[in-house]
Formats: sequence, structure tokens, C-alpha cells
Amino acid sequence: MAVYLEFEKPIQELQEQLENQKQVKEKSKLKSDDSIKELEQRLIETKKEIYAGLSPWQKVQVSRHPERPYTLAYINAITGGDFIELHGDRGVRDDKAMVGGFGSIDGKTFMFVGQQKGINTKMRQYRNFGMANPEGYRKALRLFRLAEKFNKPIVCFIDTPGAFPGLEAEERGQGEAIARNIYEMFNLKVPVIAIVIGEGASGGALGIGVADKVLMMEYTWYSVISPESCSSILWRSWDYKEIAADALKLTSDNMLGNGLIDGIIKEPIGGAHSNHVEAFESVKAEIIKQYDSLKRLKPEVRVNNRIEKYSSMGVFVEGD
Amino acid sequence: MGWFKRMTEGIRTPTTEKKETPEGLWYKCRSCNHVVSSEEHANSLWVCEKCAYHERISSLQYFQVLFDNNRYTEINPHMISGDPLSFEDTKKYADRLQASIRKTGLHDAVRTAAGNVNRKKVVVACMDFQFIGGSMGSVVGEKIARAIDYAIEHNSPFILISKSGGARMMEAAFSLMQMAKTSAKLTQLSEKKIPYISMLTDPTTGGVTASFAMLGDVNIAEPGALIGFAGPRVVKETIGKELPEGFQTSEFVLEHGFLDFIVDRKNLKERIGQFLSLIKN
Ligand SMILES: [Zn+2]
Repeated sequence: MAVYLEFEKPIQELQEQLENQKQVKEKSKLKSDDSIKELEQRLIETKKEIYAGLSPWQKVQVSRHPERPYTLAYINAITGGDFIELHGDRGVRDDKAMVGGFGSIDGKTFMFVGQQKGINTKMRQYRNFGMANPEGYRKALRLFRLAEKFNKPIVCFIDTPGAFPGLEAEERGQGEAIARNIYEMFNLKVPVIAIVIGEGASGGALGIGVADKVLMMEYTWYSVISPESCSSILWRSWDYKEIAADALKLTSDNMLGNGLIDGIIKEPIGGAHSNHVEAFESVKAEIIKQYDSLKRLKPEVRVNNRIEKYSSMGVFVEGD
Repeated sequence: MGWFKRMTEGIRTPTTEKKETPEGLWYKCRSCNHVVSSEEHANSLWVCEKCAYHERISSLQYFQVLFDNNRYTEINPHMISGDPLSFEDTKKYADRLQASIRKTGLHDAVRTAAGNVNRKKVVVACMDFQFIGGSMGSVVGEKIARAIDYAIEHNSPFILISKSGGARMMEAAFSLMQMAKTSAKLTQLSEKKIPYISMLTDPTTGGVTASFAMLGDVNIAEPGALIGFAGPRVVKETIGKELPEGFQTSEFVLEHGFLDFIVDRKNLKERIGQFLSLIKN
């Protein structure tokens, strides 16, 4: 059963009409499929229209759509299955909310790392809703170092509602784990590409997000806090999430406009959830393109550019 | 080096001392209600003589604790925040900034300065909790970044005193990226083998804990400080039960391996001096 967001109702209606027409055609063995073609055309137009006018809050909803592809789906598709998942931080345990391993794209090996959300109720629990514990960040760091050792470029998929705010996470140093990753990612000599494929929430996202090229898929968000939490803290009510989503300027176009990311990956008509294959193709093409330009640079230049890029972020007035 | 010229122009040596605490005659301890004269309280470095409760103090007070003869040169004292997103919640961020500047006499939530600690030249960055909860926005990031550049330029050890609720929401992703910016600068400091002492004080949480505060060559803290990534209220909501006694205190964080030692404020200057000597000799 497909899941539709509230503002996707017109899409749902057309989709259902289309299914009906197809069944009718099947049963009656009619030759003509004019009405089907017309419906298909209307469906595309409607999707385009709705998606062209999405508000920031609606984009947040799309970024969380349960049928959006998650990290492992991207990795498996992009590598054509030539992927070996690697587990564990070698300290505490294997964090199921953070996945990674070596895989190849057109014969070239990459290290893939990313937060992983679950595809159904049971798996969402298993993946802790994509909220990594410190051992998840330490597993990611271990894999970054492995990539560095064998001189393989790194691709990170960011999709998290935040680092897990649990009691054990605090005991095991959630803050230190994220800080260490941010710091160590500046020392990596191999090319690093980070792609926000869903939610990019705060330090939990940045903990695998320091990269030579940071890209956002079109209908994703990246900010210091979720609109809901922002609403609850600044407005002291959960009711201002739409306004908060607007104020935070968390959409891909805002983030690019503010110079805080390096590019946007267009999504299929109707969002990544409506056409996984097309989303995989776009992401794969973008990785190849970015890698081809990054590999031309000397490692020292990449590291230096990476440091310079983040050092120039911020808006302030010198004062008298 | 455009910024360096501006920074040099921005340097000043303060002639008057401003105290954050009102010049009342008496101080009543927040922890044990013990009452002392404000003068005595200042003489014991704003630590309760009875229960050793460390009162939250300002950057100027820490400078007074640390710098020899309270002499130092402030770096970029006038830098103020832009409002890149024209942010507005129940108040306009621009108005909030103006009100905070007026109320606190500060320009933002960090002060950076160069001076001597036990006759050793150091650079100190110290956060001010009074300024929008010590939150980290572009100014905090930029001033810390420039203080690190200054430390590299002068081959001076770097000391950062954190006191912050985390990233400043009103600068949204700009604030988030200050975590990356400050950490990037610390890799350059480390490259030069210049010591970095991170001092965590009450409270240090959120994006500050998840960046520079946890990245010291040594991480030290004052006793009884709240130190964590997620705030205690959020952790409590997550686990759905009461938090254990002493959760997220300095002592708890030391016990779990994320601090090197806890130091009483009265010993702070000496311990820092000792550490820097041991590194150098
Ligand atoms: Zn007391």
C-alpha cells in the first residue's frame, strides 16, 4: 500500500483512477488506451505542480517519507551489489543505526558510510530510527581510517533525526564521538563526498558530514535542529513547526544559497520515493562526477580546501 | 591576511574592569545558602567557602583568575553577529541581539585574549553564559578561529573555557557549521604541536560539547559542572525515567573517561601553569 502525504491527495486520486482504468482495460480487452495516457499525463503534471510549490515544512515531510530509499538501498543499487558491509566499532558493539563498507562503482572502490533507517515498524526499532550512539560514530571513524589506509574515496549518506540522546550514549561520550569525527574528517587525505538523502539533523548529521563536497537531495533538510524541537524551544509549543521550518532556512535551495553546501541533486518528479531507480541513477552520476573532479587535486590541496571552506562559513560584523 | 590587520586594530587593553555580578554587599550561595560579603566571595574566586560550590562567572572574571596581574590584550573585542537568516521567533533575532548587548555589556558569547599565565604567554578564549545562554553562532566560531590563528602565529598555548547551552538556533545551519569551523582550526593548531587545554565549566552541552570542548589535548573541568551532549531534560524524556544521581556532572564525565582531571578554581592557574611547563620542558 502506497503512503501519501496530505498534500499528495490529488496525486493519490489520479493514481487510483489510473489503476482502475488499467483494470477496466484489462477486463474489457479494449484496444484504446487514450484515457490511460491522458491520466498518466495528468499525473505527471500534477506531481510537477505540487512539488514545485512545496513549503519548507512539506519538504521536511517528504524527507521523512516512509517509502524514500535509505542508505543501504542507495549503496546496493549504486554498487550493483558489489558491496561488503563491515560491522562494529571494535569497542562496544555494532551500531545498527550506522552502516558502512567497501563497494564499487564502475570498477572503482569507495568506502560508503551512512545512517540507516528501518523500512518497517520492526526494522525502525532495530535501526533505532537512524539515531546513532557513540559507537556508531566510532564505527564510522574506523571505516574512514580503513578507507584512508587503502587510499579509497569516501561517500557518506546522511539521514538522521539526530544523534541518540540516551543515557548510555551520554555515558559513552556522544559529544566526544561526534567531535572526534568532525575533527578527524578534516585530516582525511582521500576525497570525501557527503550527501543528505533525507534528514540532516544537527551534530548527528555533521558527525559524518565534513566533506570536500556536501550535496543535498532536492527534498531534504539540513540544520542545527528539527523544526519541531525548534518550535518547542523557541516558541515553547509544538504548534509552530511550519513557521520554524521556514525560519531555519533548512531546505536544499536555502542551504545552497547561503553557501553552506556545494550542490543539489535533483529528485525524480514527485520525489525520490516515487521513483527509486531514477533517484539511484542521479546519485550515482553525481558521485562519479564529483569524484572525477576531486581526484585531480593533490591530497594536501583537498585538505586545505576543506579547512578553508568551513573556515569561511559565518556572518558577522567586525565592529569598530 | 586581511583579517589580521583588522584584528590588530581591534586589539585593546582594558583599562576598567567590569564585573558581571551586581555590586551588592552580600553573596548568598545558591547551593547551601551560606552568606559572605561580596568582597570575600571575590577573594575566594566566587567559590563558596563553605560548600565549594563554583558560582558561574564571566569571561572577565576568568581572565582575572588566570592572567598575571589581570593584564591581557583582547582580540576582536567589537565583533558582533550578523543576522544571516533575518530570523524571527517570538522576537526578532536582531532585537534579541541588541537587547543582550545592552543588558550584558558584552558583544557576543565569547571573549578572546592574549596574556601571561604564570609568566607563560597564552591565548585564552572564554565563553559568557549570560549572552543568549552562551550559545555558539558565527561570532563565537569566528572569534575562536581567529584566536587559534593568533596562537599559531605567536606559538602560544591555547586555552578554551566553555560555558554554553550549544549552538545558537537563530543562526541555524550557520551555527552548526561553527562546530566544523572551530574543529578545522584545531587540526591546524595540533599540526604545529601547540598545546590546547579545553576547560569545561557549568554548563557545557550540545554542539559545544560535540566539537571543541571535547577536543583538548587535555580536557579539564570545574567540580560539579553539567557536561553532556543532550540536555538532561531530553535524556530523561528519552529513557522515560528519573536520571541517576550525579548524571552528567564533571565527576560522572571524568569517571567515564572523557576528562583528564577536575580542578578547583583556586588551583586552576597553578595547574595550567604546571601542565604547560611539563609539556615544554
Ligand atoms: Zn555553599
